Amino acid sequence: MIVVEVMPKPELLDPAGKATLGALGRLGHTAFSAVRIGKRFELSVDGPVTDGVLAEARSLAEDLLANTVIEDVVSVHLLTSEDLLDEIDETAAGETR
Amino acid sequence: MARIGVVTFPGSLDDRDARRAVRIAGAEPVALWHADHDLLGVDAVVLPGGFSYGDYLRCGAIAAQAPIMHEIVDAAGHGLPVLGICNGFQVLVESHLLPGGLIRNDHGSFVCRDQRLRVENASTAWTSDFAAGDEIVVPLKNGEGGYIASEETLRELEGEGRVVFRYVGVNPNGSMHDIAGITNAGGNVVGLMPHPEHAVEPGFGPDTPEAMRSGVDGLRLFQSALDSLLARA
Repeated sequence: MIVVEVMPKPELLDPAGKATLGALGRLGHTAFSAVRIGKRFELSVDGPVTDGVLAEARSLAEDLLANTVIEDVVSVHLLTSEDLLDEIDETAAGETR
Repeated sequence: MARIGVVTFPGSLDDRDARRAVRIAGAEPVALWHADHDLLGVDAVVLPGGFSYGDYLRCGAIAAQAPIMHEIVDAAGHGLPVLGICNGFQVLVESHLLPGGLIRNDHGSFVCRDQRLRVENASTAWTSDFAAGDEIVVPLKNGEGGYIASEETLRELEGEGRVVFRYVGVNPNGSMHDIAGITNAGGNVVGLMPHPEHAVEPGFGPDTPEAMRSGVDGLRLFQSALDSLLARA
């Protein structure tokens, strides 16, 4: 699976993040000084992810998934089934710790 | 009779109002369908307001990839007058016919009000019936109407007189430079967040000092397009 992460440009106001920060403050979570909200796209591929498919995902990220006038593509990376298993292991380890 | 097309995307809301405005202005409204590759020979196009594709991905982003947008981008490059209203404006920036972007209102809330605007550029295809400096009042209703652009783009827009409408009195959404609407270099493509098609008929427009709901300032955009088309013919 290919994961694409998009964030609003840092210099632009993120009203959704700001509103969420306000809620955190009201709930007493004063440890957090800012919230910014972005998007994560998970692109599934049937069969192996070739360099060509990855390149296609990168260009798709810039052309459609993000509007680079207002957003930045911060990451396009391959998530292998081993990565997924690692994530599950880490979660399990965290729960038993 | 001039024929002005209005595109309906899945989730368009104001396509019927836009067609009505076209008819009241004296042109023939033509319904265009997003999935077609055919402009049906219209003389101008309106991209209406609404929430195309539920605002998924980004407002206007998926509609900008609709089949009919290929024809519109191509025809706009050859001078076809195109007006994008609200979600239509968002479609125009997402399809790169106009520069910059539109983001969530700075105060985070949806806003709906009768909005005063100043016409800054009266030489576009959609504003030729105005004089520069004219003030109009039309309804505004949006959640993601904050106009933003890079410093370089803003300099270019201001320097070339491509800011067409500016908010007066209240900036309702945090738009940079109080920008409510802009045009392309050719002056044939105009996008704005407020809704001129909702101020075209006495009884249904904004209040005026003379009478309630009597404001019809929006009609002049459609009449401008008609006159621009006649002047060309």
